[in-house]
Amino acid sequence: MPFKIISSQCTGCSACETECPNVAIFEKGGTFVIDPKKCTECIGHFEEPQCVAVCPVDKTCVIDTSLPRYQPPA
Amino acid sequence: MLAAEPKGCGTLTKRGKASCGAHGDQGDLPPAIWDKVKTHPCYSVEAHHHYARMHVAVAPACNMQCNYCNRKYDCANESRPGVTSEKLTSEQAAKKVLAVASRIPQMTVLGIAGPGDPLANPEKTFRTFELVAKAAPDIKLCLSTNGLALPDHVDTIARLNIEHVTITINMIDPKIGAQVYPWIFYNGKRYRDLEAAKILTTRQLQGLEMLSARGILCKVNSVMIPGINERHLIEVNKAVKSRGAFLHNIMPLIAAPEHGTAFGLKGQRVPTARELKALQDACEGEMNMMRHCRQCRADAVGLLGEDRSAEFTKEKIVTMTVNYDPEVRKAHQAGIEEERRARSVPRQVDVGEHECGSSDIKVLIAGATKGFGLINEHFGHAKEFQVYEVSRSGAKFVGHRRVDHYCQGGYGAQDDLAAIIRSINDCRAVFVARIGGRPTSELNKAGIEPVDQYAHEFIENSAIAWFSSYLEKVKSGQIQHVDRGDGAIRQDPIISVA
Repeated sequence: MPFKIISSQCTGCSACETECPNVAIFEKGGTFVIDPKKCTECIGHFEEPQCVAVCPVDKTCVIDTSLPRYQPPA
Repeated sequence: MLAAEPKGCGTLTKRGKASCGAHGDQGDLPPAIWDKVKTHPCYSVEAHHHYARMHVAVAPACNMQCNYCNRKYDCANESRPGVTSEKLTSEQAAKKVLAVASRIPQMTVLGIAGPGDPLANPEKTFRTFELVAKAAPDIKLCLSTNGLALPDHVDTIARLNIEHVTITINMIDPKIGAQVYPWIFYNGKRYRDLEAAKILTTRQLQGLEMLSARGILCKVNSVMIPGINERHLIEVNKAVKSRGAFLHNIMPLIAAPEHGTAFGLKGQRVPTARELKALQDACEGEMNMMRHCRQCRADAVGLLGEDRSAEFTKEKIVTMTVNYDPEVRKAHQAGIEEERRARSVPRQVDVGEHECGSSDIKVLIAGATKGFGLINEHFGHAKEFQVYEVSRSGAKFVGHRRVDHYCQGGYGAQDDLAAIIRSINDCRAVFVARIGGRPTSELNKAGIEPVDQYAHEFIENSAIAWFSSYLEKVKSGQIQHVDRGDGAIRQDPIISVA
């Protein structure tokens, strides 16, 4: 399950964009969006998802339950 | 309750001049430092009457959360840090700087102050500085940071010739820090509470020491949060002074609920004018205190206290023809310097005349001004009042009071007047260029004397002249000298309930 950003809460501060190890985050119409194909939930990079850690607004970067979990390559 | 006699700026040296740069004269500052601050409106109280600054909002991201900050909401009429109407790329910012420089020749300083933390956006911040240094080398560069990432960037700051750095330091005790900062993001990890505050204070003080060692002028900003850090800020002051900070700016907390900040929503009290002044006076020893901060936005343009950012929106800059001519700017600024030299302010009331028991009388007065240290504003049009403390040792600038005309439409003219009177309630007189009949009688009723006889003269000189006659009247028993109580630094906005 990759992460997604709830755009109505996103302040467009761009903090997550620079922290994402997969370069999965980009700007779209003033707020930021996570490309689910690139998101690895920071597995193998960090202890916790960097977008969640740096986001100034709580509960804005959340797990996208509509998608399958990220599987690290075997 | 803090009580301390002002020292430093308020006392007179042998030459009868105040002993710090805060009065605008060189005082005891070494020439090299004076050269750096004399045209920086934030570093010299007198320069701020003449020189303008601008901020460019190229740094939206932040590496921590402060309880007094919320960058989510923006209203064009709000003036507080962390607020901006539009974000810019480095290239747009550089173009904006040139556009402003060519239209406002007294703009001498470019600062990057957010709306997040400039050093959490190092590429954007430093690229902007590089572009501006190349295109407009006469503009001073300045940045304002929370200090968390500062030690990593000191070398770059020195290399790019950024002469002024402001660090916001609200505590040196992690227990207090934990009440101000819910979390920080450091080295790829989020830290909370005590642990976060411990890392933060270590990094801040380390950054300050590194800057001082490289001869970069450091201003320290502190937010005064009643009940949390007001006493502790005296310790902070000592800590930053001993590490070479040049100037300390203690600012009142802004915490209106509608800003949506944690403090605002919690109903955290903001300091009164008297509390703020007492704390500033208590810290004013060997160190300059800044009292003229307007807590401006991340996209402010113009003289402190005026905001011309609406003239320089992205949309408008695109259509502007930029004609940046350093010679024109130089000539204009030489004119300003000429004007500054011509301005002589007597700093002492003639002591001989008042040999009476009233020698230690101090009163606050307010001046309606739109800049240049002059009484040049109509009472009803004033956006701010500058407050001076007058005593036998002269007039000393102690702060300003904002008069907001709120966009929510909650004020009628009557409420406006009441709010203005509340804001200068601790002043004995208000100096204006002109004033109408109703405000005159309302002010008199409130015990504030409206004075219009010094229209278009310098506030300081006028205050001293007025104070002489005030002392005479006290001496002759014509008036009673009484304590005026307290004033509100910012009015509470009235939100109309629809």
